Amino acid sequence: MTTVMTTGSSEHRGKCELSLTVNGEAKTVRVYPMERLLDVLRHELKLTGTKEGCGEGECGSCSVLINGELVNSCLIPILQAAGSNLTTIEGLAEGPQLSAVQKAFLECGGAQCGICTPGMILASCHLLDKKPEPTLDDIRDGLSGNLCRCTGYIQIFDAVAEAARRRDPA
Amino acid sequence: MTAEQIIGKSVPRKEGRDKVTGAAQYIDDMTLPGMLYGATVRSQIPRGIIKKISFDPQFDWSEFVIVTAKDIPGKNCIALIGDDQPCLADRNVNHPEEPILLLARADPHLLRKAVDAVSIEYEPLPAIFTVEESEQCSQVIWGADNTFKTFLIAKGDVDSVWVKADYIVEGEYTTGAQEQLYIENNGVIAAFDAAQGVTVWGSLQCPYYVHKALMALCNLPEDKVRVVQMETGGAFGGKEDYPSMIAGHAALLAMKSGRPVKIIYDRLEDMTATTKRHPSRTRHRTAVNKDGKILGGEIEFTIDGGAYATLSSVVLSRGTIHAGGPYYWPSVRIRGKAVATNAPPHGAFRGFGAPQSLFAMERHMDRIAQAVGLSPVEIRRRNFLKPGQTTTTEQTIREEINLGKLLDRALELSDYTSKKKKFTQANESSPIKKGMGIATFLHGAGFTGSGERYLASVVGVEGCTDGTVRVLVSSTEFGQGTNTVLCQIAAEALDLSYADVQIAQPDTNQVPNSGPTVASRTAMVVGNLVRSAAVGVKQTLIAEGILRSSYSPEEFRAACQRYIAKHGQLRSLARYDPPEGVYWDDQKYRGEAYAAFAWAVYIAEVAVDLSTYSARVEDFVALQEVGRVLHPILAKGQIAGGVAQGIGFTLYERVVWQNGRMQNGQMTNYIMPTSADLPDIRVFFEEMGNVHGAYGAKGIGELPMDGPAPAIVNAIEDALGTHFDSIPLLPEDIFDALSKTVSAGGEQ
Repeated sequence: MTTVMTTGSSEHRGKCELSLTVNGEAKTVRVYPMERLLDVLRHELKLTGTKEGCGEGECGSCSVLINGELVNSCLIPILQAAGSNLTTIEGLAEGPQLSAVQKAFLECGGAQCGICTPGMILASCHLLDKKPEPTLDDIRDGLSGNLCRCTGYIQIFDAVAEAARRRDPA
Repeated sequence: MTAEQIIGKSVPRKEGRDKVTGAAQYIDDMTLPGMLYGATVRSQIPRGIIKKISFDPQFDWSEFVIVTAKDIPGKNCIALIGDDQPCLADRNVNHPEEPILLLARADPHLLRKAVDAVSIEYEPLPAIFTVEESEQCSQVIWGADNTFKTFLIAKGDVDSVWVKADYIVEGEYTTGAQEQLYIENNGVIAAFDAAQGVTVWGSLQCPYYVHKALMALCNLPEDKVRVVQMETGGAFGGKEDYPSMIAGHAALLAMKSGRPVKIIYDRLEDMTATTKRHPSRTRHRTAVNKDGKILGGEIEFTIDGGAYATLSSVVLSRGTIHAGGPYYWPSVRIRGKAVATNAPPHGAFRGFGAPQSLFAMERHMDRIAQAVGLSPVEIRRRNFLKPGQTTTTEQTIREEINLGKLLDRALELSDYTSKKKKFTQANESSPIKKGMGIATFLHGAGFTGSGERYLASVVGVEGCTDGTVRVLVSSTEFGQGTNTVLCQIAAEALDLSYADVQIAQPDTNQVPNSGPTVASRTAMVVGNLVRSAAVGVKQTLIAEGILRSSYSPEEFRAACQRYIAKHGQLRSLARYDPPEGVYWDDQKYRGEAYAAFAWAVYIAEVAVDLSTYSARVEDFVALQEVGRVLHPILAKGQIAGGVAQGIGFTLYERVVWQNGRMQNGQMTNYIMPTSADLPDIRVFFEEMGNVHGAYGAKGIGELPMDGPAPAIVNAIEDALGTHFDSIPLLPEDIFDALSKTVSAGGEQ
């Protein structure tokens, strides 16, 4: 991780330059150190798949993975993410090939209006990484930090269970 | 794929792939060159006269575009039904958070500070905050008597039934405000130039509502206003009328600055300033004979509309018509009233008045059962509407509905009888008390009475140069599945595959007005028009002699391309044609209120923990008859989501008011259900055809909001033996009720 305070033009005064890996690609951004990771993703890196729902860590729409851990990107100052390995919704599909979790959300009705979906899918990926064969209670618990107002969660549970079955090498 | 497989099949959601990859474009994902960011200065008091607006001299205001009511080129109102709501308060403010002044700036960072740097001096006026204060008219804040609208439904001779009654059962039931809490806040971008006029992109349900409002506000002709719906992250009615307000604000800033302006609310602003479900109070007085049959009754249904009329009259209408539930009333008098208070206007929210009046009806049914000495099951069974009988508006039930059979199936699915017996025994010794509750109800699909006739919706289906087909509607997708279901219908009508049909982005420059996306009307009413328009495309090609009456998709594609090559365009429009012999009297509120009803029986199993006083739904059975299920996964998703919202309405979601302002406008203190709070929501359908809808579909979206609250509260009463007549019902409310001396019941 390299953090270089820049001096010089007024446009960049107070900003710092930092590097991080986003969806497997090395990125360098010039930002204010306390800018929210959410804003840096959306505005600097143009990764608008990460959504803002509440701005205070309650809804989970802005969930991303930092070094494999699920975080609310609205609560993370970018400085804290410097040098880390980030995964956003844009990093899950391989070209036209959807990941198992994305495919299951699409087929099981896990996405309705879609605004919580990126965060919900990342929370599901996180859950399945920790618990490849989750029980229904594990799923309920693992997704309880991500709010959905459309589905009543039932078809999201179906999607996660289906994805777990498909990811299972057996 | 043959046509038979499309309807009734769970094809992938049309825009689903974009939603699961993060590619779907919501309004905050869009940026225009040179765009400014807008913010709103709002009233800090509930009622008063604006005396002075001053700007903190420490600020460099030259960087800001400032708009007040003086800058409005047209009429200072949000044109909807009545035109009483100003776009920007000029002299008077009538509720907290009423918009007064607008600011825009290229860099959004200083905007919030700038809003705080505008100070407004008021001469405060006394304000009113409850239905009761409004009825007393100690302050008249709207019209002559604070009354936005009244309705009277009168059937039979109610006054003569009281002497014949074996029991007269009375009750009063109230429901609180509820926030729609779509996860995407309200937002728009507006752009203006003299040649093209105003264009607005936004998160919204009804492009043509916004279109109409902008024409009046900006004083522009029809062709100089364009409204485009972006992907919309939830709405539930909350984006039916309010988008006209925020779109108006962005348009005014864009017209003054000559630059595009984006306004995105944060959660606090969205929750405190925009609409909610109307709080309600319902009073019942019912005459019943010794067999438990309803002889007649009086129902008074009153809703708090907030400071301006907005949609209150139509919310009241639906609530009033649904107030008698799915029962046969030989006589009834129902008085509906919407009153003004100094709160932000309440608006559309899934169910639209029906969840409020049906909560009262279904609680009251259990109260009647107790008075007569019958079970909640039996009292309902004895009073169900049957085919050939008439509703409270004297609409004859022509559908072959059998509510008794529906009830039997729900009892079996929920294991009602044996669970009830088991709980009664276990409750005696257990600190966790369990109970079972039933709600039986109906929900009218489409606009009420003459509504669809006035709307006269138009739908288009067009052939494209590649031989595929495109559906043209202003009906919007916000999670329910509009895109998918309408494409299924067109594909089925044209014998094409689902992949061969696309749907246009709702853009008032591109699509006809298929009416607002509200009132559970899209699959039934718009769907039917899509089918007609699609058939029109097919007939055009056949009449041209380039397509046989039976064809393969390849032959259709070739004919479509040939036609377009010759004529330039292949487009078929269908306009709503009211069914014949339908009678509705708008004055007497009598006749065919709805083209079709959906019917349902919901059963809740609830546990109340007497160490925490919290109630938890442990199982939920939702059984409904919604006509033909066009797409099982979408239909189940609609029901489960509505039930979840209903559980929130009942047990979790309380709007805390202080002087007309919501005090808990954040997700940290306004609590909606999480994945850990909800039971297994078990959804079942009973299918029966309906002549009105496309392929037999009726409305579905709002129905599931009506049943959960009464089913759950009935179950809590079953568990605890205490009456609860108000929602939301939080642990502190249950504690309070149990702490008070419990009287043996409120009946006579």
